[in-house]
Amino acid sequence: MEDKVREFLEDKYDIIVVGAGHAGCEAALASSRLGMKTLMITMNLDSIAMLACNPNIGGTGKGHLVREIDALGGEMALNIDKTMIQCKMLNASKGPAVHSLRAQADKNKYHTEMKRVIEKQEGLTLKQTEVIDIRINNDGSFNVYTKFGSYYEARAVILTTGTYLKGRIYIGELNYSSGPNGLSPSNELSDSLMKLGISMRKFKTGTPARINSDTINYMLMEKQIGDDEIIPFSFMTDSIDIEQVPCYITYTTEKTHEIIRNNLNRSPLYEGVIKSVGPRYCPSIEDKVVRFADKDRHQLFVEPEGLDTKEMYIQGMSSSLPLEVQIPMYRSMIGLEKSEIMRPAYAIEYDCIDPTQLKSNLELKSIKNLFFAGQINGSSGYEEAAAQGLIAGINAVMSLNNREPLILDRSEAYIGVLIDDLVTKGTNEPYRMMTSRAEYRLVLRQDNADERLTEIGYKIGIVKEDRYKKFIEKKSSIENEIERIKSIKITPKPEVNEFLEHINSVPLKMPISIYELLKRPEINYENISYLDSERPKLKKEIINYVETIIKYEGYILKQSKQIEQFKKLENKIIPENIDYNIISSLRLEARQKLNKIRPNSIGQASRISGVSPADINVLLIYLEQIKRSDHNNKKSDEKGVSIE
Amino acid sequence: MSEDTIVAIATFPGNAGINIIRISGDNALNIAGKIFMKKNSNRESKLSLKSRYLHYGYILDKNEKIIDEVLLSYMKSPNTYTREDIIEINCHGGVISAKKILETVLEHDCRLAENGEFTKRAFLNGRIDLTQAEAVIDIINAKTDSSHEISVNHLEGRLSKEINKIIKEIMDLLANIEVNIDFPEYDEDVITINKVKTLSINVIEEIDRLIRTADTGKIIKEGIKTVILGKPNVGKSSLMNFLLNENRAIVTDIPGTTRDTIEEYVNIKGIPLRIIDTAGIRETDDKIEKIGVEKALDKINESDLIIMVFDSSKELESEDEIIINHIKGKKVIYIRNKSDLENKLDLSNYDEIEKDIINISVLKNEGLENIINKINDMFFQGSINISNELIINNVRHKNLLIKAKKSLEEVLKSIEEDMTIDFIEIDLKDAMESLGLIVGASVSDDLVEKIFTEFCIGK
Repeated sequence: MEDKVREFLEDKYDIIVVGAGHAGCEAALASSRLGMKTLMITMNLDSIAMLACNPNIGGTGKGHLVREIDALGGEMALNIDKTMIQCKMLNASKGPAVHSLRAQADKNKYHTEMKRVIEKQEGLTLKQTEVIDIRINNDGSFNVYTKFGSYYEARAVILTTGTYLKGRIYIGELNYSSGPNGLSPSNELSDSLMKLGISMRKFKTGTPARINSDTINYMLMEKQIGDDEIIPFSFMTDSIDIEQVPCYITYTTEKTHEIIRNNLNRSPLYEGVIKSVGPRYCPSIEDKVVRFADKDRHQLFVEPEGLDTKEMYIQGMSSSLPLEVQIPMYRSMIGLEKSEIMRPAYAIEYDCIDPTQLKSNLELKSIKNLFFAGQINGSSGYEEAAAQGLIAGINAVMSLNNREPLILDRSEAYIGVLIDDLVTKGTNEPYRMMTSRAEYRLVLRQDNADERLTEIGYKIGIVKEDRYKKFIEKKSSIENEIERIKSIKITPKPEVNEFLEHINSVPLKMPISIYELLKRPEINYENISYLDSERPKLKKEIINYVETIIKYEGYILKQSKQIEQFKKLENKIIPENIDYNIISSLRLEARQKLNKIRPNSIGQASRISGVSPADINVLLIYLEQIKRSDHNNKKSDEKGVSIE
Repeated sequence: MSEDTIVAIATFPGNAGINIIRISGDNALNIAGKIFMKKNSNRESKLSLKSRYLHYGYILDKNEKIIDEVLLSYMKSPNTYTREDIIEINCHGGVISAKKILETVLEHDCRLAENGEFTKRAFLNGRIDLTQAEAVIDIINAKTDSSHEISVNHLEGRLSKEINKIIKEIMDLLANIEVNIDFPEYDEDVITINKVKTLSINVIEEIDRLIRTADTGKIIKEGIKTVILGKPNVGKSSLMNFLLNENRAIVTDIPGTTRDTIEEYVNIKGIPLRIIDTAGIRETDDKIEKIGVEKALDKINESDLIIMVFDSSKELESEDEIIINHIKGKKVIYIRNKSDLENKLDLSNYDEIEKDIINISVLKNEGLENIINKINDMFFQGSINISNELIINNVRHKNLLIKAKKSLEEVLKSIEEDMTIDFIEIDLKDAMESLGLIVGASVSDDLVEKIFTEFCIGK
């Protein structure tokens, strides 16, 4: 029957984004906001920005990503600020570098709000259909074919297909072709990509059951409430005033573990039915019970999916056991004895690409203007996807406008760490951001994401005037305050020293600035207000920022020095057309790896596994050789002209 | 573009009466200011060095003690070999002085140069021409191979084993700290500051111990391998004792007392010798002694210098001639011991030996200083050498140990200052990285791996 669907060209666009998840939304918004005529295609308009798994945004590392997306003019932070129902600053008792925001989202509202933003966006068209084929035209443009017969021409395409490609859901013995959450899978596009020479592979992930709230006994669980004062994700949001809803902590029991052990043979993960790789940081409960057999209980979080629903998400309980086992398994846990499953847990397997096929701008190495972002690149998580979507969106525009790509390095942003890890090292499991992946954690704080990135975004044009103005104001009030407290000298007068002793600090012998005084561990901006009576009234974020800069100055300086060294290698650019095969002094393994990854810089080359420091030296010398022979050739050319 | 500052001993130890320590980079002049004092000046006055002049003065260690009197030259960039600021320190020959100066320099903001790195910089900064590029690559490749061999040797060594043990201890703690940071909501064991403190103190102790053993290990490895040969009872052990200045080997007048080889380290006028006393070489039926004789002959091949001892009171015997034949082509000092007795030794068939032989009497303490002078001459004329590679390698290891220790001291300082665990962890990670470089492992990737394998976290 499908043979009879007639193809017709419906319209032409600058950029087409395939998929409307977290990556797709950021990509399409960036593209249209940078003035490109953009089409976003989704299989289902009701699943735009769907939070298919956990109902939260942020967390360690991930919260940093959201801040960075915001600083670069992305949408995710604004959207969660509008739709959160609880918010917490994680690691608040630790240093400022690892403070991380995490919010519980109202899933439905999150989707509705994002859909509204997209529909309102000028230059962005939204369509529901399935992309089944992508072909390249002779002029390098693309034809994107859909199930309904319509096709669209575009100068650049961004693929953000999430877990839909050849998606397959596993629940015990049952498995069937499906996208996440009962949505349709996309079964044809991966074959089309393979025809374009792209190599595909399979990853898997999983999600726990959703339980009806009325059947949960919260009295047996530990309540977790949000912070008293909510710090917004977006630098544009001044404050958030909502009534927050609680989450709960509970535990598995010995009985839970027994049920799981007795039914391992019914788990497709353990029976070898699923052969693809899942993330280790997000193990199914089967995995946890088997791998950590000595633990007599596992911690679980019970989280609301939204204000208008009774569905509760049981974090820590993802599983691929059959429903028949899931029911007693969930009921064996504390407070869930009478629980009713509304949606069962499942594992999902999907096609994705090996991200080392991509350049650092997220463009496919082998096909110009074809970009990839999100889970299709082997990452996991809403925030990781959104970050890539934003960068792919910006870079597709940069490419069409013949402008320099936006490549953030590892010292500039978690986004830089994320993309560099993916395209340089690749990944063997769905990749999750963590603060421990960042070498320069102290500099990549969530409180200074704007300082790191907003200027860059403004130059590109994705950061608009209102945001830029706000950023400049914040920056100057920080600078002014630092100047001010550097200039105020406190003298060792008796009343001053009396005060210092009163707050358990050492009395002064010589005059000292407030700036220096704040370096003492026992002193903070708040408790020396007595010594600084004429201070201006400042926002809390400014005060915190100033304190961080002062208190950790030594550490930050040390890291800045390391970054200087790092930048030297990043700035040694390798020409794109380099032929590694003719550099005979390179070891064979290094040559193969370099040919595969094709790094932009010596710095990136040095991070490829299998490339040794000696290979890097050889490469440096080779580059210098080329540079000089080019130079000599030019000289002799010039001479030749003058002789004639 | 400026790189970090590097330092190395630029001369091959033993080739000349002087050694040159070369420092290149932005920090070179600064370092000179910290370790060099001009003659007839004092430490209070600021050091001013005119470019392209030789300055006479002293190198001081961190306790302001004089290490050596030196000539120091400063060459301002860009007209230098590397196109960077260069400081060259000309110090006395021998290994000890150069090594001490190198270690002193390394206490400041610079690092040990990699093999061929000065030349690499010279090339990259446009100082040497294209045709030399291949040669540079060869240097890098060759040296990498040999340093690889050395690291393999070390891997089997005790040092590596101990370091791996320390790395594991730190890594266990770090992985747990990282889990606390990256998954704060989970109920994994929370690492207390006290735990970090105890570990740091213990590891610093371990490192101090290793630094001490690294020193002795180095000296033994670095001496000129000197083998004393001769037929039984010619006075080899007595000679060795003289050189050692103490009775280390057993001395008797019964032939064959030294049944195995004995090795000792001695420093003669700044020249490190590793002296190996051997069993007297003769035809023998005694099984144990036979092994000793075979070992003595084996030692010949490995030696840098041979001291062959004849007995003045006996005629030239076949055993002497066996030895003479065995040591052909080697650097040899010939000794005629027992010169206080009547000379019966006829070397008329061996003109070369007769010409150079040194007459001594260990018993009467006569002529012995001639041996020392001879060794000295040969060393400084460059006729005997020792391998440079091991010194570098050891200094590198020691340097990394010191770096790790410094990081751990920073950890303790941060703890004193009430910093939070994520700050304390930064220096702990640095310490682990430095230790990782000694055993040649990149430890940062292992950490993420460890977090995932050993902790139960996630949705």
